[in-house]
Amino acid sequence: MLDGKPPTERIPILKMGEFLLVTIQVEMHDRLVMTLQDELTQQIVRHRARGVLIDISALEIVDSFIGRALGNIANMARVLDAETVVVGMRPAVAITLVELGLNLEGVRTALNAEKGMALIRRRLAGTEPGRLDARGS
Amino acid sequence: MPAVREETLGVHSDEDVVRVRQVTRQWALDLGFSLVDQTKVVTAASELARNTLIHGGGGSGRLEELHDGPRRGIRLTFEDKGPGIPDVAQAIRDGFTTGSGLGLGLGGARRLSNEFEITSSPGQGTRVAITRWK
Repeated sequence: MLDGKPPTERIPILKMGEFLLVTIQVEMHDRLVMTLQDELTQQIVRHRARGVLIDISALEIVDSFIGRALGNIANMARVLDAETVVVGMRPAVAITLVELGLNLEGVRTALNAEKGMALIRRRLAGTEPGRLDARGS
Repeated sequence: MPAVREETLGVHSDEDVVRVRQVTRQWALDLGFSLVDQTKVVTAASELARNTLIHGGGGSGRLEELHDGPRRGIRLTFEDKGPGIPDVAQAIRDGFTTGSGLGLGLGGARRLSNEFEITSSPGQGTRVAITRWK
């Protein structure tokens, strides 16, 4: 920190069985958003993850850049055969997103981590409609 | 309308965009904005600060506290000396993008504000001002 610059930040990605868990607890500047997008995609492949849960309950805002990144992550994960659920969005953030014009297309959301995990499990079990492929049929 | 207090922040890096959000949040809090209104004005500030950085090549953001009788408000003015916007009407329209975003920056910031003003000329730069009243 001699040069006054903050150290390289990263958002930890936790592996739990076939799931990856991400809890965003820092202020998201744009570079950090891009780093998360890259690292998460790599980790999905490395761990053959089937589900990604992103907790944004600590985020005070979601602007168009962060919203777009969440959409990108969900789309890339889908191509890599993993389900993404974004959980814990604050009500004020949800209201603002709608007014901003961002509809988070392709991003599944749940109220909290528990419901999010249940949603991923149901979808992987095939009891939740919406998967593009029909595995095993 | 004269400002009761003002503060100007440089917008030259990702960290500066975050700083603009934090200072805007603090001002909205000081003025007693509701949580939803705080979130709206901070989100609008974030969009405009990023535009200043990405499209304007950096610039400045000025915060001003406005009093209009009993009404309290925040005006945010972002200025850059970048390439300017050839067609402002088109730039405000949703979905218009030069490639790096969703094209929601200007239109979104306008929807999140009570007043919106933009002046831009090619080669001279761009100035966007928004006001959010409590």
